[in-house]
Amino acid sequence: MRREPAHGLAQHLPVIFPGLMLTVFFIVPFGTMVLVSFFRRQQGGFYVPDFVLANYARFLTPFFGNVLAFSLYLAIAVAVVSLIVAVPFTYLIARSRRQTQVIWLVALLSILSLSEVIIGFAWSTLLSRTAGITNLLVRVGLMDAPKALVPGFGAVLTGMVYQAMPYAVLVLYPSMVRLDPTLTEAARTLGASPLKAFFTVVLPALRTTLIATLIMAFIFALGSYLLPQILGRPSHWTLSVLITDQALYQSNMPFAAAMAVFLVLVSLALVTLTMFVGKKLEA
Amino acid sequence: MSGLVLKGVSREFGPVKAVNDVDLEVPNGRFVCLLGPSGCGKTTLLRMIAGLDVPTAGSISIDGEDITRLPTHKRNLGMVFQSLALFPHLTVGGNIAYALRIRGLSREEQAHRVEELLALVHLPGYADRAVSKLSGGQRQRVAIARALAVSPRLFLLDEPLSALDAKLREAMQVELRQLQQQLGITTIVVTHDQREAMTMADTVIVMQGGEIRQAASPVEIYRKPADTFVADFIGSTNLIDIARDGDHVTLLGRQTSVAMPYGVSKATLSVRPEDVELTAPTEDLPEAKITFVRDLGGAIEFFLDAGGTQVIAVTSPRARPEVAIGDRVGLRLDPARSVVLTR
Repeated sequence: MRREPAHGLAQHLPVIFPGLMLTVFFIVPFGTMVLVSFFRRQQGGFYVPDFVLANYARFLTPFFGNVLAFSLYLAIAVAVVSLIVAVPFTYLIARSRRQTQVIWLVALLSILSLSEVIIGFAWSTLLSRTAGITNLLVRVGLMDAPKALVPGFGAVLTGMVYQAMPYAVLVLYPSMVRLDPTLTEAARTLGASPLKAFFTVVLPALRTTLIATLIMAFIFALGSYLLPQILGRPSHWTLSVLITDQALYQSNMPFAAAMAVFLVLVSLALVTLTMFVGKKLEA
Repeated sequence: MSGLVLKGVSREFGPVKAVNDVDLEVPNGRFVCLLGPSGCGKTTLLRMIAGLDVPTAGSISIDGEDITRLPTHKRNLGMVFQSLALFPHLTVGGNIAYALRIRGLSREEQAHRVEELLALVHLPGYADRAVSKLSGGQRQRVAIARALAVSPRLFLLDEPLSALDAKLREAMQVELRQLQQQLGITTIVVTHDQREAMTMADTVIVMQGGEIRQAASPVEIYRKPADTFVADFIGSTNLIDIARDGDHVTLLGRQTSVAMPYGVSKATLSVRPEDVELTAPTEDLPEAKITFVRDLGGAIEFFLDAGGTQVIAVTSPRARPEVAIGDRVGLRLDPARSVVLTR
């Protein structure tokens, strides 16, 4: 279908408002950040307009390199684990009765109403030595003595997967519900066990959605900065933690901005790569 | 007994009996159509034969082997679904080779068999096409080829042609029948289209309310329906009440030579429209008034009112009587070509 190009102010009106919002709340702040990342820092927490690359140069040290690598590693781990947990979960609720679906989805989405702080402290209690789940395992006889599971990488991963799961399910659910159930039945009549049918038909047919979920969970996890501090050791702190530290406590805005820009660029590159790989798989 | 045998098969969904105590025998190499209106249990019956649904009672066996609870993927069957259920992420070749890949055949063997099957369904050289780029009829052929990939024991089709337009559907019916005879494979098709069933099947099984009403050859189903439901469902028919009156039987207020079974006082006579002959009104034949004439070119239908009962007569253009709407005519019903139904 061909559409006439829009003429005059009246026809452009519907896009003006979102366009304005996008400019004011996204393009302007991001542009400012890019500018600031080239400014020169002055002692006492101020900065002057300039064009220096020192902020980026400072970033290329082993310390920050390691933090960046860990941040990416954590985000990828969260994305992959969320996907592995969310896919079977969503598949099962998508195949159940409508009423059951609603109950599960409401329960899951209620996680979104919890603040990150509450989630963090709830998990740190759950994984602690004095009041944690290891006490239950000791009761049952699976462990000898209660153990602290927090702080640690496992605790950070658990908390962040817990947080990312509802989003992953939200992205997966519509496609899973729409997937023709006779596809699995057809695979079964052709000799595939239900499990084999799931891996050879359901997952490949949902490939695009799976990649979208992965990217979404990855970006979500990349921005996390509270949970690594509550549930992890300093070695588990992400780049976002360092950016906050530089911006708020060290008052080094140009350096914080440079790190933020770098983080955006790296994640954009990773997302592009993932989509490229997805396209390759499709061909 | 060799072939597919169903004994007392029932399937209940809560209080609803979708299939009720069905006995059925399909000898090997036979083409069977399950025919009935929607909700008659024919698809449920097919799904139980496929193992996609489990009977609540009864047993299913093939060549003497009980398969009632055997999982679908171990039954070695080919099935064509109403939605076709072609895998969207695979090419035509990938779809057809799926069953072979699952069974671990080598790539060369797969490619060879795919070409063979594509030739069989008249789509040579289509292996690398995307499924989404095919027309309805081509998808249909791919679905059939995929189902036949491993030379299954049973070939099951659930309303396979319902998505096609009328002309293509008729062509595919003939093609499907020829394919089945060429391969000699036991085939069960579910359909609600009686023309489709008559075209393809050795045996037509008419179902209603989860039960089999009649199982017979297409001609027999048409000529000797077992009850009024079958008579009415297969083709069109005139169902006329007849009654015993003393020593003779009355039909539309006149005596008739139609014989009624002993001990029955009321029954229904089923006469096909083409077996109703229009004559000049006489004393001993039922009389009717013409209310409407539908001239379809190849056939002419007369709608008649015989004392409150509607009767339809069909003639060919060559045998067309010189009558018009409002004329009074006599009805000659051939007793040899009509059936007395007591149910």
